Amino acid sequence: MRPAAVAPTVLRPGWVVGGFVAVAVAVVLGVTIGAVALPVRDVLGELLSHVPLVGGKSALSGPQAAIVTELRLPRVVLGLMVGGLLASAGACYQGVFRNPLVDPYLLGAAAGAGLTVTVVIVTASASTGSPALPVAAFAGALGAVGLSWFVGRASGRRSAASLLLAGIAITSFLTAIQTYLQQRNSDTIRQVYSWILGRLSTADWGDVFLVLPYFVVTVAVLVAHRRVLDVLAVGDEEASALGIPVARTRLVLVATASMATAAAVSVSGLIAFVGIIIPHAVRLGAGASYRIILPLSILYGAAFLALADLLARTALAPAEIPIGVVTAFVGAPFFILVLRTSAEART
Amino acid sequence: MTVALRGEGIVADLGGVRILDGVSVAVEPGAWVSIVGPNGAGKTTLIRVLSGALRPQAGRIEIGNDDVTKLRARERARRIALVPQTPVVPIGVTALDYVLLGRTPHLPFFGSESNDDLEIAHGTLGRLGVGDLAGRDVESCSGGERQRIFLARALAQQAPILLLDEPTTALDIGHQQEVLDLVDGLRAEHGIAVVSTMHDLTLAGLYADELVLLGGGRVVERGPASAVLTEDSLRRHFGARVSVLPGAHGPVVVPHRAPANGAGEAPPAHPIASG
Repeated sequence: MRPAAVAPTVLRPGWVVGGFVAVAVAVVLGVTIGAVALPVRDVLGELLSHVPLVGGKSALSGPQAAIVTELRLPRVVLGLMVGGLLASAGACYQGVFRNPLVDPYLLGAAAGAGLTVTVVIVTASASTGSPALPVAAFAGALGAVGLSWFVGRASGRRSAASLLLAGIAITSFLTAIQTYLQQRNSDTIRQVYSWILGRLSTADWGDVFLVLPYFVVTVAVLVAHRRVLDVLAVGDEEASALGIPVARTRLVLVATASMATAAAVSVSGLIAFVGIIIPHAVRLGAGASYRIILPLSILYGAAFLALADLLARTALAPAEIPIGVVTAFVGAPFFILVLRTSAEART
Repeated sequence: MTVALRGEGIVADLGGVRILDGVSVAVEPGAWVSIVGPNGAGKTTLIRVLSGALRPQAGRIEIGNDDVTKLRARERARRIALVPQTPVVPIGVTALDYVLLGRTPHLPFFGSESNDDLEIAHGTLGRLGVGDLAGRDVESCSGGERQRIFLARALAQQAPILLLDEPTTALDIGHQQEVLDLVDGLRAEHGIAVVSTMHDLTLAGLYADELVLLGGGRVVERGPASAVLTEDSLRRHFGARVSVLPGAHGPVVVPHRAPANGAGEAPPAHPIASG
């Protein structure tokens, strides 16, 4: 007789509940805190009044309500989506390349977006709020990843390693051009810089609806591949022997994660660190299976970025700190803490 | 005579170097064919080609009437299970999770394991005597335990053909016997066709119905152990000084020390070095 059967590794509901609580906290804090002080109860009442079937009457005045629904809420929602996109794309890249140290910018998405945005700012003297920038960033990010894919394949070997090397080469090449352009046009250097460091400051519902379709599709595709990513963890040859069409699966995953990255970059600039530390922290805390890492990265990445944005706009108010600075500044010590705790838990 | 897996005239290059040059091999259901040969003879490459992982430059690999290189990965994985020489162990994976990976070809692409799959994984671990390791980190298991866990994943695929690349390397003699006995029992019980590469010639001869001796990318000898494991062929193809003694269960290969003060014969020309 078998003793009480050992269960396979699964995503524990507690972690999911915790993730949703974190997201809810980020939303409530994000819409409540700001330059205009508003009571939490009234803000929640305002939010609930927009929920179908719940309704209720808002205690806020018209302008106060507008601050909540037209300024703060879209920014919070955009922050959630960008965080979820970057963290899940990072988790996916880490799985595909079997390397916990890679981030969503690995294949040149950041360098490509940086270059096209710089070109647009320099040639069209576009300001940071220009509607041309998201389009340029999106195209640049995807173009660079496509270039890496093409170069990686042209090298003859269709391995993950050759793609990774191509990504490194393309990244340095595009960064070199971007840096040159930036130095040659020092009058626009502030705009370029402010974009590169990341920002959600001009977020409105338009940005939200622009990103929403990409969010829904890429997150659905990535989460659907969570078990497949676990199989890929044994390497190309063994995964193939286990029945996974490796080359095609890698193409689908890299394309989807790159699409997610491009969508995030297009509305937020280059936000560092989220795509690497969130999946890693989840891996250390909750478990190493992608059935755990992918769904949780979305939730905790979303909450993390929304909270980081809150800090970015309130810490030195009325000035804003670039969100990329906040994510790195808060994220690095947090990550060291996670590393230490998990090391202690193991010994 | 039915054949489970047949490779015909396999030619394979790696990095521009010809590794296999017209190798043919066939195994019947319930039979065990062992590939032996010196380092660099192409044993592992042959296993990779047979598994479909490496596309040969020429030749055919057939299961029944199907060309292995044309099968979809999933269909191939239902028919051929592979235990590589050094399988990749993902960080933090438990033995049960690892064995469940073997169920992949039986699941929908985006599906997850059912209770039946779980039963199969537990059952396989139990039959290989490592049922109590189900919840353990594979990384923390001993060499012998790991080898059984690797084997359990391949068996969970429930494929009629099992390819083993050096299944006993890194195991002590007791564990070598244990693993080989397990495989032997499984092929007898389920009619699984086994193709393995082996370094230990005595053990290879003990378990296999047929030995295929590779040298320089070609089959240089094939047949039952008594015909392949001769002092003459081992000297020629391995450059080895050995005696082959008749054992109760087959030939026993006993190595010799180099003769003192060089009085013995000159070392034989090594087939690899010359070709």
